Amino acid sequence: MTYIVDRRVNGKNKSAVNRQRFLQRYKKHIKKAVSESISQRSITDIEKGENISIPKKDISEPVIHHGQGGRRSIVHPGNKEFVRGDRIPRQSGGGGSGGEGEASNTGEGEDAFVFQITQDEFLEFLFDDLELPNLVKRQLAGAESFKQVHGGIITEGSPSRINIGRSMRSATARRMALGSASKKRLRQLENELKEMLAKEFVSQDQTRIKELRLEIDKLQRKIKRIPFIDTFDLRYNLKIKQPQPVAKAVMFCIMDVSGSMTQITKDIAKRFFILLYMFLKRNYKKIDVVFIRHHTVAKEVEEEEFFYSRETGGTIVSSALKLMNEIIAERYSPEEWNIYTAQASDGDNWNDDSPVCSKMLTENILPVSQYYAYLEITPRQHQALWHEYTKVQSAHPEEFAMQQLVSAADIFPVFRELFQRTPA
Amino acid sequence: MSKKLISEGSEWTFDLLNEYDHEIGKIAEEYQLDTYPNQIEVISSEQMLDAYSSVGMPVGYHHWSYGKKFVSNADSYQQGRSALAYEIVINSDPCIAYLMEENNMTMQALVIAHACYGHNSFFKGNYLFKTWTDASSIIDYLVFAKNYVSKCEERHGVEAVESLLDSCHALMNYGVDRYKRPSPISAEEERRRQHEREEYMQSQVNELWKTIPEKIDKDEEVQHANFPSEPQENLLYFIEKNAPLLEPWQREIVRIVRKIAQYFYPQRQTQVMNEGWATFWHYTLLNTLYDRGQVSDGFIIEFLKSHTSVVYQPDFDSQYFSGINPYALGFNMMTDIRRICENPTDEDRHWFPDIAGSDWLKTLHFAMQNFKDESFVQQFLSPKLIRDFKFFQVVDDAKDREIVIGNIHDEMGYLGIREALAQQYNLSMNEPNIQVFNVDVNGDRSLTLHHIQHDDRPLGDSTQEVLRHLHCLWQFDVHMETRNNGKLVKRYSCPLESTED
Repeated sequence: MTYIVDRRVNGKNKSAVNRQRFLQRYKKHIKKAVSESISQRSITDIEKGENISIPKKDISEPVIHHGQGGRRSIVHPGNKEFVRGDRIPRQSGGGGSGGEGEASNTGEGEDAFVFQITQDEFLEFLFDDLELPNLVKRQLAGAESFKQVHGGIITEGSPSRINIGRSMRSATARRMALGSASKKRLRQLENELKEMLAKEFVSQDQTRIKELRLEIDKLQRKIKRIPFIDTFDLRYNLKIKQPQPVAKAVMFCIMDVSGSMTQITKDIAKRFFILLYMFLKRNYKKIDVVFIRHHTVAKEVEEEEFFYSRETGGTIVSSALKLMNEIIAERYSPEEWNIYTAQASDGDNWNDDSPVCSKMLTENILPVSQYYAYLEITPRQHQALWHEYTKVQSAHPEEFAMQQLVSAADIFPVFRELFQRTPA
Repeated sequence: MSKKLISEGSEWTFDLLNEYDHEIGKIAEEYQLDTYPNQIEVISSEQMLDAYSSVGMPVGYHHWSYGKKFVSNADSYQQGRSALAYEIVINSDPCIAYLMEENNMTMQALVIAHACYGHNSFFKGNYLFKTWTDASSIIDYLVFAKNYVSKCEERHGVEAVESLLDSCHALMNYGVDRYKRPSPISAEEERRRQHEREEYMQSQVNELWKTIPEKIDKDEEVQHANFPSEPQENLLYFIEKNAPLLEPWQREIVRIVRKIAQYFYPQRQTQVMNEGWATFWHYTLLNTLYDRGQVSDGFIIEFLKSHTSVVYQPDFDSQYFSGINPYALGFNMMTDIRRICENPTDEDRHWFPDIAGSDWLKTLHFAMQNFKDESFVQQFLSPKLIRDFKFFQVVDDAKDREIVIGNIHDEMGYLGIREALAQQYNLSMNEPNIQVFNVDVNGDRSLTLHHIQHDDRPLGDSTQEVLRHLHCLWQFDVHMETRNNGKLVKRYSCPLESTED
């Protein structure tokens, strides 16, 4: 007796729960591995999975087994030259015999358990317990945008919303309901009349024929009077307005490209921008990125130019803020867009300009922004801009954050710091 | 070449599977292979990976350790480090065998012969399986277990259940009865009894730990009586029945792990025989098909190629060596028994007077039914095989500065090799001998285990960790004493005792 069953149609992810449990249990280890890998690999290929390696001893399942020592005998196959009583010096590293370890899953062997996680899981662990500041606030406050969605069929509405299919269907139903009794009767009478007329003339009952004709005529007219379509039949599509949480974000990348910014500094800034971009992408469906670079004048540029073109000259930060303000007014209405800004600079600014910057931030930019992060990439002492910004921060601790970066290794820690989930 | 070929080409179809199964089944019957009905399930490689990590249980409760197995299997498979097994077969009635869709027709036929007739008849015929497992109820029981565990997870939280399972798994190898046979019951019965058990067990345990002093009649005697009165080898059973503070659902989960351990216990003791038997039969059955002209030359050559790689035994100094290949040893021993029956030499007549020249099929069935690896090797390993395998014995004594070659494959060594190899398959030699020795019922309720040392072999380094798990279950102090001829050698405790290091 044999049954053959095709199980391929059954799901294949029977182990998904167990796998998830495993990842959950070793979250700490995996997060550590992810954080380490992020500082090592080029940040542009952040969008792929990662090999995670966990020390084997940390995930071993203990069982009672024999340890090294004592007396044991093992039978091996493939003897070549040994004869009884041969003595072989012990190999260093314990009582291994003949180059073989019996309990290979304990002690020796590979000491790392390596496995792959997917890109999604990688990002999940990477951004775990980070969050976008002020995300909730905007969503609650800003039910400013609506979406029309189909809300079913109703019997009243504007002519432009008539649902023809549904209207015709109910018209047909109505005609059937009103007319079918008459039609049935009509068929009966017509049959009767036909039978009568088929008979010879002498045996025809002329009065009955007349009656029949009269009644048939009446019925026909009655059926005809049923209107093909009636206002009663009309159906309309209902559109309802659904408040739409703002799900669009624009990210402004502002970078100083004056002579004092080296390629290394720019590279650090770039990495930070990309990290921020990845993070925003996890939270918003649609993200626009605006690149603004500045020295004494600011300019909106393409990505390539943003990161690689070289400029020289002094620095006026406020020029960039002014341009940003214009772009917001022109293209990104704060009602519709969540606005995030990351500004990278080496801290140089024309001294008289710094107060202007802080004024613009406080008055124009921060009120419409979700979050503004300022990064100062310098090992040197802070200058006027930092001090001005410190004041801004103490006035707007929610929306404004600033951090100093010295080397590439600081990128992720600083990023974490900026977006650390604050306990509610 | 009277009959026509069953199939040509390497593609398989469901019709062909049926036909091969039918033909192989007919031949199996001629060889008196008695099997459960077969349920052949065709699965994809992903599903095979799933089946892998649940250690061969078609349904299992959720636990991170299965996830860990899955992750490492999937990883080494995807990176091409290891291929998947061709089949998995489950000791159940009907006997479930998984066939991978990627296999070609020859491989499917091999698997059908190997699993559906080889393993299947072994499950049904071998005394260990007959005594210890109940093929008809295992699936139901696993379903019950899975549902019960997930119900507990809902009620008590995933974490609580997980840590309990961790502790049980650590002691799983000590959750089997080695000698006492449990009475089989059906799954519905199990469900029905489970509730009763919960209440009854709790009341029993409370009886044992009652703090109200009883009237002391023969006080002295009671004071010194040991509990348990005799040492117990089944730690999980002891925990389930006697751990003072476990809640009923926790006892039930201990029981589930214990039951599953018991179900797999025969498999752990019959690896060589089971694989040897199945391999011998796929070899014999498919060759018979070939002899009758039902499969082509191409088919049989492809089959032989897989077969030889399955039964390949690398030498001890080869880089591919990882112990004795149970398929190789088992297959060769089965084939050798047939040879001894059919063409015995003088040596065979001397060593095996009972079976030399007897009916090979009868003898082979007898061997399959009444032995486990240890006794099978002890009984049937012939001098010829010892020479073929060039077996030699290595004696490793920590007291000695060198390791010593013991017996080798010569006249003087045959018996010694056979004895040593048999012991190698003796589970109770490979696992430390641990017993529940005493519970301090009237004192601090501490539990003391004894490790009876054999050949001076100490316990491994995860012992303390296992003890910690035992402590989680017992919830009072736990001690383990390594004893050599009654003398205390080493003492482990959890929580760590401050007086000792």
